[in-house]
Amino acid sequence: MERLLEILEDIQPDVDFETRTDLIDAHLLSSLSILSLIAELEDEFDITVPAVEIVPKNFNSMKAMWDMIQRLQEEG
Amino acid sequence: MRILSLLQAGKHSTLTSFFSPMYLAIFLPACILFYAVMPKKGKKYALLLESLGFFWLISGKYIAWLLVSIVSVWGCGLWLGRILEQRDAAVKAAEKPQRKAIKQQYLRYTRLVLALAALGNLGILLVLKYSGFFIQNVNTVFGLRISVPAFVMPIGISFYTLQAVSYLFDVYQGTVKADRNLMRVALFLSFFPQIVEGPICRYGQTADQLWNAGQIRYDNLTLGLQRILFGLMKKLVVADRLNTFVEGVFDKYWEFQGGVIAIAAVCYTIQLYMDFSGSMDAVTGTAQIFGITMPENFKRPFFSRTISEFWTRWHITLGTWFKDYIFYPVSMSKPMKKLTGAARKKLGNHFGPLAAGGIALFCVWFCNGVWHGAAWSFIFFGMYHFVLILGGSLIAPAVKKVNEKLHLSPESRFYCLFQVLRTCVLVVIGELFFRANGLRAGMYMFGRMVTDFRFSSLNAALLKKLSIDGADFLIVGVTVLIVFVVSLLNEKGICVRESLQKKPTPVRWAVLYALILYIIIFGAYGVGYVPVDPMYANF
Repeated sequence: MERLLEILEDIQPDVDFETRTDLIDAHLLSSLSILSLIAELEDEFDITVPAVEIVPKNFNSMKAMWDMIQRLQEEG
Repeated sequence: MRILSLLQAGKHSTLTSFFSPMYLAIFLPACILFYAVMPKKGKKYALLLESLGFFWLISGKYIAWLLVSIVSVWGCGLWLGRILEQRDAAVKAAEKPQRKAIKQQYLRYTRLVLALAALGNLGILLVLKYSGFFIQNVNTVFGLRISVPAFVMPIGISFYTLQAVSYLFDVYQGTVKADRNLMRVALFLSFFPQIVEGPICRYGQTADQLWNAGQIRYDNLTLGLQRILFGLMKKLVVADRLNTFVEGVFDKYWEFQGGVIAIAAVCYTIQLYMDFSGSMDAVTGTAQIFGITMPENFKRPFFSRTISEFWTRWHITLGTWFKDYIFYPVSMSKPMKKLTGAARKKLGNHFGPLAAGGIALFCVWFCNGVWHGAAWSFIFFGMYHFVLILGGSLIAPAVKKVNEKLHLSPESRFYCLFQVLRTCVLVVIGELFFRANGLRAGMYMFGRMVTDFRFSSLNAALLKKLSIDGADFLIVGVTVLIVFVVSLLNEKGICVRESLQKKPTPVRWAVLYALILYIIIFGAYGVGYVPVDPMYANF
């Protein structure tokens, strides 16, 4: 989770990722930032994020992202 | 015989305007009544009958195209669903090491079926909408004389085709199950309030709601009618009132100073917003009467701080369609991911993903441009936004550094206001090209705005010539202010209609009567006014 926070803060430094649960709904992460984020997540956590996973509920909060990462790791 | 001639198929184009007397006074009440008297089990069929009847009344024999789309999408959805079931069974039966290969094997097959089904549906749209434009350009470039076909395009085809393709994609991606029920797919694609101008719904959003729609409830009826009334105010008081001025300037643009053209561009942007969002109020309100919640298509777009944000608040369902079915599939495809990986190593984490993102963004905005119409001005409109959005991302780190040096906080009120105003100016310029009679006219008008920004010719005589006066602008200004205040409250999370619903009956009725009177007194209708056609119905 700490590494995920580092990645997020690197991409969008001025956002309080620990508390926000509306990162997509409040337009804090744009489509292009999501691309940067996914590239980082795939490298860091050795996962493949398919396009179908890119929905607001998976990216609206740090916890949702973490849950998705763990799920994709389990699915291999 | 007389009744039959009155019901001539395809002759009721006025029905496409949700604010026409034909729709509001005859068609909608008849639909509500018919739906209300139907027993619960028959309500879904009533909605389907009304929807197909509506399409038949506005499009006549061209309803055949809609029926082809319905049947083909339903059949191909089932085909895809069956392959996916077979894949899941094969994967389940196989040993773990073999599973990936089995998935790959089925992936090719499902992709082929998806491509066939999606291109089949999009093919109808491409041929009917773009073949003329394509052949015209081929003739110009190669000096040929191929006869240019002039197909009649059924109203709403650009909207229901995107819904059809989204359903196929969703089945392919496994986010919805293929529907065995042809009637449910038909209702999802043809629901009458949404087929003319959207919103572009996803199967998961509305199909079950429509199929299980129940009794009309009093609160839904009143809330729905209030929303239609609010849309009527936007359309009748603002969009129609500005019509003669906007048309006058855009049709004879060479006669006007740059300042007047700028005012016309601002007025057109307001007109487009009031017309389109007003229509969406009518669509959402109508659906609410039947107990259906439609996705919102507008979310206070003029409060956006960037162009990128603007497109997440304006025509939202089109934007999310392009994002989900073009932007991410392109940018997340294998070659693009490789490109992202290589670009990140060389260009870093900010600029690296912009390579693949830029290509995907180009595809999105090219498609967005041509979706609006087969003309170079629309392609330019798309490319204009592509450049603004990609450019915004490219210069973001530099802007951040400048802000830091100047000690400017991006969250300060002044900075936010500056960003909102800048976005509004950029939007107005885009809409100028969007509305102009061709790309050349748009360039001329923009050039005039830059080189001849004067208002000296804007006097009473000119306004009279354009059939508008100071009182018209005052009425428009007051109404825009009303919409602005409602939007501001919505932005703060206050739903005005629901708040009003909680007020005592006399207060509620007083507000509603005031709104009705306001529309009757200040609406632009009757002699001297030409109502603007529903702008998005032509797309």
